[in-house]
This record gives sequence, structure tokens and C-alpha cells, in this order.
Amino acid sequence: MKIRAVDRQGKEYTLEGRDGWSVMEILRDGGLDIAAECGGACACATCHVYVNDGWYEKLPAPSEAEVDMLDMALAVEPNSRLSCQIVCSDTTDGIKVTVAPE
Amino acid sequence: MTIETDVAIIGAGPIGLFAVFELGLLDLKCHLIDILDRPGGQCTELYPEKPIYDIPGLPIVTGQELVNRLLEQIKPFDPQFHFGEMAVALEKLSDGRWKLKTDAGTEIIAPVIVVAAGAGSFQPKRPPVPGIEKFENAGDGIGVHYAVRKMETFRGKNILIAGGGDSALDWVINLAPLAKSMTLVHHRDGFRAAQHSVNQMRELEAAGKVKFHVASVKQVHGEPGKLTGVTLAGTDKNEWHHEADTFLPFFGLTIKLGPIAEFGINLHENLIPVDTARFESQTPGIFAIGDINAYTGKLKLILSGFHEAALMAQAAFHICKPNEKLRFQYTTSSSNLQKKLGVS
Repeated sequence: MKIRAVDRQGKEYTLEGRDGWSVMEILRDGGLDIAAECGGACACATCHVYVNDGWYEKLPAPSEAEVDMLDMALAVEPNSRLSCQIVCSDTTDGIKVTVAPE
Repeated sequence: MTIETDVAIIGAGPIGLFAVFELGLLDLKCHLIDILDRPGGQCTELYPEKPIYDIPGLPIVTGQELVNRLLEQIKPFDPQFHFGEMAVALEKLSDGRWKLKTDAGTEIIAPVIVVAAGAGSFQPKRPPVPGIEKFENAGDGIGVHYAVRKMETFRGKNILIAGGGDSALDWVINLAPLAKSMTLVHHRDGFRAAQHSVNQMRELEAAGKVKFHVASVKQVHGEPGKLTGVTLAGTDKNEWHHEADTFLPFFGLTIKLGPIAEFGINLHENLIPVDTARFESQTPGIFAIGDINAYTGKLKLILSGFHEAALMAQAAFHICKPNEKLRFQYTTSSSNLQKKLGVS
């Protein structure tokens, strides 16, 4: 399963997703500059990404906790998500995300 | 204020706190500096209510509980805290000790410096608006501010607040009565703030005392130091000009390495490389423990930081008390240690 990711400089990566891992973990281990200060606890909003190419609608809706936490993110758009809350699976194969500005 | 002590610790997170215990057992006194206004670092700032499951001997403990227990554990050693202060400069004195200065003017002179700063210092998130920094530090009540120190300085101003958390709403409610105009922008028509604050804000909006837009700030306008307005963009991407003297973004805190980068300590990718026997940086007398350090096999876990603190303390002892013999003792059996802990 693949994750297409774009960093803050606009560089594109194709990363190998792992079933059950969060997209944040894949981005972090793939070397993208993503703070993820709280380590995936949905407590800091520093793993903020935009979900592109129609993938936002395909994902399960964000939890109330995630929607609340996005209030602490900068430059939030309608397709904003916290990447620690997106779980990789067969249904996310080919997902595209862009790391949001700091 | 100038203080002389054994060890100055930068960062009062769990690892900085436990370092006080390990150093205290060796009779070394500590002063701790933290930019936050309370102890605990990330544990209390980011996840006070979240359970932690991997602290040895504590099957479940919240971030706040862990910090409370650490504070109780180090109480016998009477650590001195300097909260709300950022360590800004470090210089070596001719007698071999270090002088650490904070932005509040505190100077701590100590033979040992321990950097337990996690990922750095918590600082307000700056919205990614081009040129916003030119309006920071513009003066009382005008330009861009990330905190409100004196409410009175905002009297008679056209104030724009951005954000949807408790800080944003609290300041909308508190500053609205003295503002010339008060506008709140947020990316959605919903807030993560306390319900009574949301209700109060809605009442002010209904009474025409607060304007609320689902929008975000795209540009800031004016001469450097004098903000005149901003460009707002709504959800349908339409943009409009909004006049404002003051822009207060409240998006919480993020972690930046900060002035530690200029202390002359060798850094690698914003981390301090250390040896794993002493947890000392490449500058003798400066140690780094917890998430801020780097070594082969490093794991960013609280329990690893505790281990690092214990080994650091042994090395620090020999620097602080070069003519004394270190007596390795166990708290279970040493009446000498138990006396220090106040239990015998």
C-alpha cells in the first residue's frame, strides 16, 4: 500500500504504508519534516496535513477530539486532518497528503 | 539576581525533575529554569489527562500525576524553580564554572549545566502569514501579540482575534468591553473552548459587540510596526479587507529549539550528541538528558531519560566535588540516604 506525500518544499515522495500504522508514523519514518510533538496522542496538532485528490471524502470522518484539536492547527482548510489519526489500510492505498505549513 | 549553585537544569519536565533526585542523593543542589509557568514540560502542557502505560512500576499514570509524584519525590532536596523564564545565554567563567542567563535577568553560576529541554522551548504558534513578524513587538496594544499582559493597553483598539480554543474565546470576552471593535475569526463555526465561554461569545455576537467570521487571515497590511488591517478569506475563498490595529492569534504552543542552539554546544539535527557513560555533551560540564540528546540506540522514552539522569549525576558529582570520593549507596539500605530523604 502506497502513501503519496508532499513536503513543505513541494517535493513529492511515494512511501510504503503499513497496515495499522498511522500516516504520521509513515511520514516521520520516511524522513519528512513533521513535528508530531505529542507522538500521536491527538494532543498537539503538529502533524497537520491536507488530504488531496478526493481522498478526504474517502476516509472515515475525524473524531470529535481530532476536530477539536484541529482548532490549534494553523492554516486549516476543509481537507485538513491530523495525520496521526489516519490509519493505513488497504482502503487508504494510494492516498495523497501534503504537510501543512508550520 | 545572581545565584551560585551546584547544577543548573534547563527544563523542568519529567527528566529535569528526576535529575534533581539523582543529584540530590549525591548532595548536589539544583536550580531549574523553564519557559512554562509550571513544572512538567510536555507531560503537563500537551497531555496532562492522557494515560502513560510504560513507566516502570506504574501500570497507568496520567502526565499530570507523574509530574505530581516526581515533585513529591524530589521535595526533600528543595529544588529552586525559575518558571516563565527562558535560558538565553551561557558563558564560561575564568574559574571553570558556567554562567547561565535567562530573559528575566536571572544569572545562575554553576560548575554543571544539565540540558533537559525536551524538543526545546514552548513558544506561541505563529500563523503562516507573510510578513507577520514585522508587526510583532510593535508596542503595547498594537500590532501582533501572542499573549495579553495588560488588558488596559488594548483599550480603544480595533482588535482581531484568531483561534477557537479557550484562550481565543477568553480574550474575546474579556477585551470586548474595552475594544473599539472586536472581531473573531476561526476556520469553522464551532469551538473547542469551554461551553460557558462559547455561550458568552454567542451572546456578545447577538448583542452586536463581537463580530464573528468563519475565515482565516491571509495577509497583514501596514507599515512595519503599525498594523492597519488584514486580508481575510472565507470558506468559499472570497477575500476581503478588515481594518485592525491589533491582531491576536491564539493557536496554542509549539516547540522550538530556541536559544540553546546559540550556546556553542555541538548539535546534530537539533539534538545534542552525548556519550552514553556520562551523558555529557562534547563540551565538558554540559550534560544533556531526555529527548534533547542523541546517541546510538536512543529511544525517546521517559524511562530512558530517568536512566540518563542517574548516570549524569555520577559524572556531575566528580565535577562539582573533585576532591571527594563518591559513595555508591542504595536508598533501601543506606541510613545516610534515608536521612537526606527525610524518612529516617
